[in-house]
Amino acid sequence: MKQKTIQIFLTGTLRVILLIFGVSAAAFFLLAISPIDPLQSNVGQAALGAMSPEQIEKLRAYWGTDIPMIQRYFTWAWDFIRGEMGVSLLYRRPVGEILRERAAGSLGMMALAWLLSGGIGFLLGILAGAKRGKWQDKLVTSYSLLTASTPAFFLALLLLMVFSVWLKALPVGFAVPIGVEASQVRLSDRIVHAILPAAALSLTGISNIALHTREKMIEVLESDYMLFARARGEDTGSIIRRHCLRNIAFPAVTLQFASISEIFGGSVLVEQVFSYPGLGQAAVNAGLGSDVPLLLGITVVSAVIVFCGNALANLLYEVLDPRIKRGNGV
Amino acid sequence: MRINRRTKTIGWIALSSAFLIAVTLLGCFWREAALITDFSRKNLAPCKEYLFGTDFMGRDMFVRTITGLSLSIRLGILTAAASAVFAGVLGICGAVLGKGADSFVTFLIDLVMGIPHILLLILISYACGKGFFGVVVGITLTHWTSLARLLRGEVLKLKSSQYIQIASRLGMGKLQIAVNHMIPHLLTQLFTGLILLFPHAILHEASITFLGFGLSPEEPAMGVILSESMKYLAMGKWWLALFPGGLLVITVLLFHMLGDNICKLLDPGSAHE
Amino acid sequence: MEKKELLRVDGLSISFRQYTRGLHQRDLPVIKDLSLTVRAGEMTAVAGSSGSGKSLLAHGILGILPYNASVSGKIYYEGKELDDPLRSRIVGTEMVLVPQSVSYLDPLMKVGEQVRNGKKSPSAIERCRSLLKRYGLGKEVEDQYPFELSGGMTRRVLISTALMEMPKLVIADEPTPGLHLSAAKRVLGHFREIADQGAGVLLITHDLELALEVADRVAVFYAGTTVEEMPADHFKEEKLLLHPYSQALYRAMPEHGFSALPGVQPYVTERGPGCVFADRCPCAEEECKKAEIPVAETAGGWVKCLRKELL
Repeated sequence: MKQKTIQIFLTGTLRVILLIFGVSAAAFFLLAISPIDPLQSNVGQAALGAMSPEQIEKLRAYWGTDIPMIQRYFTWAWDFIRGEMGVSLLYRRPVGEILRERAAGSLGMMALAWLLSGGIGFLLGILAGAKRGKWQDKLVTSYSLLTASTPAFFLALLLLMVFSVWLKALPVGFAVPIGVEASQVRLSDRIVHAILPAAALSLTGISNIALHTREKMIEVLESDYMLFARARGEDTGSIIRRHCLRNIAFPAVTLQFASISEIFGGSVLVEQVFSYPGLGQAAVNAGLGSDVPLLLGITVVSAVIVFCGNALANLLYEVLDPRIKRGNGV
Repeated sequence: MRINRRTKTIGWIALSSAFLIAVTLLGCFWREAALITDFSRKNLAPCKEYLFGTDFMGRDMFVRTITGLSLSIRLGILTAAASAVFAGVLGICGAVLGKGADSFVTFLIDLVMGIPHILLLILISYACGKGFFGVVVGITLTHWTSLARLLRGEVLKLKSSQYIQIASRLGMGKLQIAVNHMIPHLLTQLFTGLILLFPHAILHEASITFLGFGLSPEEPAMGVILSESMKYLAMGKWWLALFPGGLLVITVLLFHMLGDNICKLLDPGSAHE
Repeated sequence: MEKKELLRVDGLSISFRQYTRGLHQRDLPVIKDLSLTVRAGEMTAVAGSSGSGKSLLAHGILGILPYNASVSGKIYYEGKELDDPLRSRIVGTEMVLVPQSVSYLDPLMKVGEQVRNGKKSPSAIERCRSLLKRYGLGKEVEDQYPFELSGGMTRRVLISTALMEMPKLVIADEPTPGLHLSAAKRVLGHFREIADQGAGVLLITHDLELALEVADRVAVFYAGTTVEEMPADHFKEEKLLLHPYSQALYRAMPEHGFSALPGVQPYVTERGPGCVFADRCPCAEEECKKAEIPVAETAGGWVKCLRKELL
């Protein structure tokens, strides 16, 4: 059994590494075939003046047109692995530094949204499934359908309109108050500024997990073992506690880990609306400003997060589910 | 009184299609009107004459919104269809062409799913030099994964199903089996998958345009309208965001419902209540 | 002396509301006008071919039919009408189900916990252990998950779940499929034992021959209804069987010539107003297809048939 777990772990890790290579190659390829030349663009021209000859040489080695693409990719990848991620054209600082700074702002906010949407969505899904066809179910499914039809950025706009402009209750944006040195920002300020973006992200994230949990709940409620539980005189509360939760929790956790990609995608839009200085906003700025090194860095970092999330979900499943753990049956 | 489920479903389908077709046609018709600027009527709040108000250049927001939605719907149909074809080809190739092709397709699916959609859209849009072409290619290349995975599974299931195995043992040729038994079944799946892709395609088009990577700012696209409205929010011009956005939500919602109802009609097993 | 009547089902009908392609709605009857009785200390077998809706009879009695089912007819338990309040009092304690397969066990819960049904008291643990032991299952089984059990073990675990609460009525739904003959006989022996200790057992099965070895009474099930109920030993002689279908079943047994009746059971939806068996009955008359068939009392049971010599 232990050997099996290790094997699963190793193949999983190998797959993740392969996928990250794939993602970085694909992203590099996409950026390289672009008709936009980063060095010739406005941002690029301005950045070149401020760079050392050595840095400029590096940049040419990545994006210079006379070297074959594969060779350029491997030059870039080798540097990237060693931690030299290049210099951002837009911010004129090392990409690694910007990534760290931005991730600090984004990851907390995203984690908050991830936990909130997962928890609330799970509970709403159970409620809807248990009360199938009743008003509670209709409310939850309508809500899910509505948020699934609402672009994340529009929801963010609405929140901004209501809480910041109309009620003036929460700050419009920026992770820290304007004019305050980053080092002097209090944690409470950070949290207050993260509330609206996190809320927008959670509100959109709930729909997916709620609908899936509802489906699963209905499936469980229609199962033979549920019928038997009722035939043994168990009441609804006990049925939910003893049978539903344990049978629904695994798929829900897996799904929530798999949804990291969506939360990340949503954060790009939401950060843009709230001018929240995180990874997402940096990605947009990098894309608009042809800051290729930064965009590439963000893509790789987000892929690492997404794949690790997926791998963790699979691992959890295989370690926790007795059917796989004890492994001698189907 | 109990309204028969069938009547209700068909009613919803008719209603949503009617609305969506009307918006699409009206938008084509108002193409020119959406661009008219008239500074004598700028920044008007919603009134009888201008239902959604006017913007800083005096453009009629209702006309602009309908035109934008029409554009979104047409783009959505185009990209969803292209994406579905892509999904069909890759999904079936993965299932039919042997192990190598299959692991390549699954790897490709995992790869695309590994990059957040919006980020991949930014990358592809950048690769295409931004603009209309970038949006179309981007949405086509990002939305095929789940449908391809579904179709692949479906083909594998069909291949191992008893009636197909019996047919092949009875001497039916591979092509004949594909034409007689597999394709009709898969077409239904592909069709419902396609309808369920519409809302996502529309949402992502609006999002990527909103960020500034999609359609050009001169177009009356939903993303452009909403991103412009942001600058005027703080000045209290709430109607510039609320009405166009609201109508966008309603449009996508109707697409969702259209898809759900058509699925119900094709797969009655899901509707026993 | 006749034993006390425990359960009486009187004219039970169950149907489902369904949607077909294009969402056309229809009512699908599965059980129609079914009757039977179970007495304390006795085993009544409901025997009929597989896939004809017998399991729903069990679900109907226990009140666990799906939401799109509708039920009519009367069920009496110890002489009182079995309504929802009475059901909620006795289901799971006095009236228990032994379901048919491993899918009725929670796949993620250990066997011991499922047999105890969540009770953690020392006496419950003790009872669970002794039950499993009685059926030849060791202590280690308590810590196993359902997917780790063999077919025979599953059956014995399911029986153990029923006996946790000292039931008065045990409803066994198809307890033998998938078991080889000796295991099936042993399982039926367990149910016989339960009846001998005073509980009533309703055995729902497709295997008439096995049922005849253990049951006291037999209700013959055909096309969604019961056509005759009689003491099991009536099946020893053809002339004691009154309904033509019962006689056909008798003749189809290996030791009585193995002669199969031509034709197939009609689907319940295809049923006309008259006798369900009329289309295949060797002695059917015009009248049989038209009229509602009254129930006729017989020596030790009843039959639904119009034949002249009976009336």
